[in-house]
Amino acid sequence: MEAKIRALLEELPKKKGALIPLLQRVQSELGYISQDAVVAISEALEISESEVYGVATFYSEFRLFEPGEHQVKVCLGTSCYLKGGRELLELLSRSLGIPPGRTTPDGRFSLETVACLGCCSRSPVMAVDGVVYGNLTLAGAEAILADLDSQSQ
Amino acid sequence: MRRASDFEGLEKIRRDAVLAWNDLFGGNFPLVCTGMSTCGISAQACQTEDALKAELAGRDYPVKFMEVGCLGLCYAEPLVYIKKPGLPMVCYGFVTPDVGPSLVSRVIEGDDLWKERALGVVDLPDVKYQGVALDIPSIWDHPMLKPQVRIALRNCGIIDPENIDHYLARGGYSALAKALKTQPENVIEEVKRSGLRGRGGAGFPTGMKWEFCRKAGGSEKYLICNADEGDPGAFMDRSVLEGDPHSVLEGMLIAAHAMGSTAGIIYCRAEYPLALQRLDMALRQARDYGLLGEDILGSGMDFDIAIKEGAGAFVCGEETALMVSIEGQRGMPKTRPPFPANAGLWSKPTNINNVETFANLSTIINRGGDWYSTIGIGRSKGTKTLSLAGAVRRAGLIEVPMGMTLREIIFNIGGGIPDDRACKGVLTGGPSGGCIPAVHLDTPVDYESLTKEGSIMGSGSMIIIDERTCIVDLARFFLTFTQRESCGKCTPCRIGTRQMLEILERITRGEAELCDLATLERLANAVKNGSLCGLGSTAPNPVLTTLRFFKDEFEEHILRGTCSSFVCKDLTSFYIDPERCRSCGICAENCPSDAISSQLKAEHIIDQDKCIRCGVCISVCPEKFNAVTRRSGKKVVQCG
Repeated sequence: MEAKIRALLEELPKKKGALIPLLQRVQSELGYISQDAVVAISEALEISESEVYGVATFYSEFRLFEPGEHQVKVCLGTSCYLKGGRELLELLSRSLGIPPGRTTPDGRFSLETVACLGCCSRSPVMAVDGVVYGNLTLAGAEAILADLDSQSQ
Repeated sequence: MRRASDFEGLEKIRRDAVLAWNDLFGGNFPLVCTGMSTCGISAQACQTEDALKAELAGRDYPVKFMEVGCLGLCYAEPLVYIKKPGLPMVCYGFVTPDVGPSLVSRVIEGDDLWKERALGVVDLPDVKYQGVALDIPSIWDHPMLKPQVRIALRNCGIIDPENIDHYLARGGYSALAKALKTQPENVIEEVKRSGLRGRGGAGFPTGMKWEFCRKAGGSEKYLICNADEGDPGAFMDRSVLEGDPHSVLEGMLIAAHAMGSTAGIIYCRAEYPLALQRLDMALRQARDYGLLGEDILGSGMDFDIAIKEGAGAFVCGEETALMVSIEGQRGMPKTRPPFPANAGLWSKPTNINNVETFANLSTIINRGGDWYSTIGIGRSKGTKTLSLAGAVRRAGLIEVPMGMTLREIIFNIGGGIPDDRACKGVLTGGPSGGCIPAVHLDTPVDYESLTKEGSIMGSGSMIIIDERTCIVDLARFFLTFTQRESCGKCTPCRIGTRQMLEILERITRGEAELCDLATLERLANAVKNGSLCGLGSTAPNPVLTTLRFFKDEFEEHILRGTCSSFVCKDLTSFYIDPERCRSCGICAENCPSDAISSQLKAEHIIDQDKCIRCGVCISVCPEKFNAVTRRSGKKVVQCG
């Protein structure tokens, strides 16, 4: 882990202000910010673990739990909320059997909310593995996940 | 690789770019353009383009494909423009992947104009091709586009945002050349004369802000573009970054020259991956052409721009929090003074402007500040981009002169409310703004008028609501957001928003009393006055405006325990109308809490104790029956 973190740090242009870009790279490479990663980052940047943890927990982008194979992010921005985003989230939460901020026990899907994807003209919206889907119906959203599920198997 | 080492070098590159741009439209091949911004992609624009390419593969004539940004008619996406030799370019809407083959056979290979699907002719005055006149009106006369004045959005939906030559062909970077030949102080004067005010929301006069930073001494000066766009409901900056990233870079270069900035940063939220990708590409292209780096165009100015990704914190849209975030810390705002102009990023003089502010600059330099100030009203000069969403027929991205009324925007541009419902109000300014009721739709959209109504201009999000929105739930939604996003530094904000949220939640559950409204208002004022930054000082706005204009809805929840919009779950129950129900059993099959008793051909009844009000039964009940209704007040008890 330490070697990995140092390698990622080397890739960054500057060490000054590097904590957030480093956390972003760690998450991009390893999927989330684990406890080991926090320790290794604190050593690499010579700052306290609590400072690293404080920054990781401040920003909603950072995930402290291992994500699923497929990451589902339901938008709960104002427009999506008013157009059924909450019902969509509840449906997916029931279907997957997990609350938002968790991964299914089999590791296939993780469910998160995001404040706004900026796709408000096509609410309600969700992003699955980075692909944005708009104008969703409850049935449509379930079909997208079912499709992914059957593809992976 | 071509690099412009001086102004003449730039003009040489531009001349070639203009030729290539014209060749694109005057060629002997069909040109197919697909709107490819995040909104288009969410409507399956990628799959549409793939379908068109598949359909046209193997033909014995060449077809050129191009991707453009968003024209702003998001409600009609995917948008595809078709330009056939000798004919003008026509924009088609709602081109889902399954429509692709017909579009090819009818329009591209056939002689059918398919007028029913055509939104308009995309005529571009700067292009030399002559096509025969068609019996299709210009897209610029489309009701959604006609009232607009597109300055920041001038290239969006027209050029390929990943091709710097398109930007150059349409006059890009000519304003930079002009500015570099002008004394920095005169550039600032021009911006002051334009009356441009910060488009991020605060509305501070841009020229004045630049002057403060120019006067600050030191060998290091930072210029930051705030592309954090944290307002839920806002996507103006995303559209500009995805559709015309060079307009922002050129604006930053002009600003850097005016203030003597030595390094630039674009702070863009991570939730916009396509914008980040296109920005990165644009920066590389600008460097290749010598528009960024050392001795730009032989002027002696050294300037380059780095991208910093945001990490998901609304408060980082506030300039001091943004700078602290770049420094790698928790995004907690700082007191001012010192102002960023004197001591900002890494304690050096720093100027921060919003994406839209930068996107306006090249036009201001080219056409003059005086010209710009003829647009708009009062102290709000120029135009404003607005993201139109919610209960409106034509949702999308628009740019209008300041001073246009809400009514004109919603009904003329937006096409009114779907299903002919009544407009209940308009949300402006996001979670920092308010809800302007329908009776005040003649309010002009400018900084001062919106503030007078208790709201704010904000970044430009405009969400229309109808009677299906519960105002109390809306206030609760906004407070949930700002309470979660509060950085925690100031006690009034940290604790006050939590207390306000707690009261609002009790109101939505029917567990509040009338005196709670007075407490809510007192708390709101305490939070407003006791907070250091804009998040805390504007978080109470949604509550204060809704109490001002919609107090009756709060009182209804408290005194009668009902929610007329059937949104508040604890005050709403679902009921199957026996007159309309045909006992098909679909609702019972799909009910996640087994709350619907049903036997084939027998009456379907919802057990109110088991019902979790998820809404699935409403969504699956066949439209021809429409048997599930919502009620508020005393729960309907049905006996089986």
